[in-house]
Amino acid sequence: MTFINMIYLDNAATTKIDPKVKKTMEPYFFEFFGNASSLHFGGLKARQAVDEAQAKIADFLRCQAKEVYFTSGATESDNWAILGLTRAFKRQKNDFKPHIIISQIEHDAILAPAKELQREGVEVTFLAVDKNGLVDVKKVSQAIKSNTILVSIMYANNEIGTVQPIKEIGKIIKEENKKRKNKIYFHTDATQAVACLDCNVEKLGVDLLSLSAHKIYGPKGVGILYIKNGTPIEPIMLGGGQQNNKRSGTYNVAGIVGLGRAVELLLNKKVINLEVKKIKQLRDYLVKEIKNKIPRTIVTGDIKNRLPGNASFIFAGAEGESILLMLSNTGIAVSTGSACSSGSLAPSHVLVAMGVKPELAHGSIRVSIGRFNTKKDIDIIIKKLPPIIERLRKMSPLQ
Amino acid sequence: MYNEKVLKHFSNPSNQGEIKNADGVGLVGNPTCGDMMRIFISVSKNKKGEEIIKDIKFQTLGCGAAIATSSMLTEMAKGKTIAEAEKIGKLQIAEELGGLPAVKMHCSVLAHEGLGEAIKDYRSKNKKLKK
Repeated sequence: MTFINMIYLDNAATTKIDPKVKKTMEPYFFEFFGNASSLHFGGLKARQAVDEAQAKIADFLRCQAKEVYFTSGATESDNWAILGLTRAFKRQKNDFKPHIIISQIEHDAILAPAKELQREGVEVTFLAVDKNGLVDVKKVSQAIKSNTILVSIMYANNEIGTVQPIKEIGKIIKEENKKRKNKIYFHTDATQAVACLDCNVEKLGVDLLSLSAHKIYGPKGVGILYIKNGTPIEPIMLGGGQQNNKRSGTYNVAGIVGLGRAVELLLNKKVINLEVKKIKQLRDYLVKEIKNKIPRTIVTGDIKNRLPGNASFIFAGAEGESILLMLSNTGIAVSTGSACSSGSLAPSHVLVAMGVKPELAHGSIRVSIGRFNTKKDIDIIIKKLPPIIERLRKMSPLQ
Repeated sequence: MYNEKVLKHFSNPSNQGEIKNADGVGLVGNPTCGDMMRIFISVSKNKKGEEIIKDIKFQTLGCGAAIATSSMLTEMAKGKTIAEAEKIGKLQIAEELGGLPAVKMHCSVLAHEGLGEAIKDYRSKNKKLKK
C-alpha cells in the first residue's frame, strides 16, 4: 500500500512536510548532527540552528526569543502549561486551592491534565459551549473567582473548526487582572490555528501558547510552548537542565530546524493569504456540493467563525467509521468523530458538548483541506462520497 | 486496526439484504450505541426433517467490525440446522474473522444476539401457526 496518488483530506490530523522544510532539515541528520548542548565544534552548528529557529518562531509570535521553549509537541506543551503553572501556584501557597477554567471542547491534551489536577485537589470549571461549539466570552467572565489562576481556551477546535474569541477573552482577563492581586494567566492551544490565523501573542493577550510542527507542514515530534516573561511555571520534564532548567532533554535539532522553517513559511503574509483563500474556496465548494448531492446532511460547527479548511458533516443513517473505511478503500483519507472509531467507544466529546445526540454523532465525518490539496481532490470526494452514503444507508436496518 | 479478513468482509459482505416474509427476524442494538443489526432467516425442513436455515440475510448500521461480523455470522449460519446454528458461540464470530480488536468484540456478541433473536422470533411464529 502506498500513499502516492491517494487523496489526503485529513490535514487536521497531520500534514505532509513541505519540501522546503525537508530541504532545510536535511543537513542536520548527517552533517550537523551534533548535540546542541555540546561544547565542541559538533555542538556549535546545532546550537546555532536551534537559536535561528527560535528567533523565527519569536518573530512569528511577536515575542522575545527567550520566551520560546521547545517541546516534543503540542501535547507536551499543553500538559506543561496546565500542570506546570498550577503546580507552581500550589507550591507557592501551601493551603491555597487554585481554580482553573477550560472549555468542554478542549483537546484531550488539555482535558487530561486538568482532570489529573482535579484529583490533586484543584478546582476545575469546564465551560459549556453553544450548539456551534463557540465559547461565550460572558460565561468566561462569570466563571472567574477569587482563586482563579488560569484560563485555557483553544484558539480553534480540531474537530469542528470553530475559532474561539481569544482576543476578547484576553481583554476580559486583562481587565479582571487590573482589579486583583492574584493575576489570572491565559493559555491557548493554537495548534490548529497557526497555519492560517494571526498568532501575535500581544494582540491575543495570552501568557502561554502551544503549537506543533506537524500541523503546519513540519515534522512530527516537535513543538513549542510560548511562556511570557514572568509567568510562574514549573518544569514537568526534569533532567539535564536544558532550556534554562525549564525543559530538560536533548534538543531535537533537525525537528526544531524543521519547525522553524515551517513557521518561517507562514511569515510570508502574501503567500499565506492566497493559500487561506484557496483553501476556503475549496472548502465552501465541497460543503455546497455535498449538501446538494447527499440528503439528510448536517454541517456542524460555526459557519462564520471557522477554520478555512475544515468541513465537518453528520450523515444521518450512516456510521462514521464505515464511511471512513469505504472512502479509504477508494483512496481518500478523512476523519470521523464516531464513537466506534475511538478507543473508548464514547462519541466525540466535542459533539456531545455541542448538544449533538449520540445517534447523530456516530455519523460524523471531518474533512480538513490543506496546502497541497487541489480542486481535483475535492471533485473526487464529491464524486465518491454520495454513493458510499447511499450504500451504507441501504445496508441499514433503519430506513 | 482490522486484519485482512475483517476488511474483506467489510468491503464485500456476504448475504447483505432483506428477506421479505422471513420466517424469523431479529433486531438488536440501538442507535445510541451506534450499532444496529437486523437478521432475517428463512427456515425449511431437510430430508431428515430437521429445520435448516435455508437463507439468512442482514441489515446493519455500524462500524467496520459490525458489518464484518454480520457478514461472517450469516456465512456461519447459512445451511446449518437451527440446533447447529444455536451452538455458534458469541465470540466465535470474531474468531472466524481471525480476531477483532478488544473494543470491537462486542460486535461479535451483537451478531450472535441477532441470530438468537431471529430464531426466537421464528419459534414464536411457529408456535402461533401450530395453534
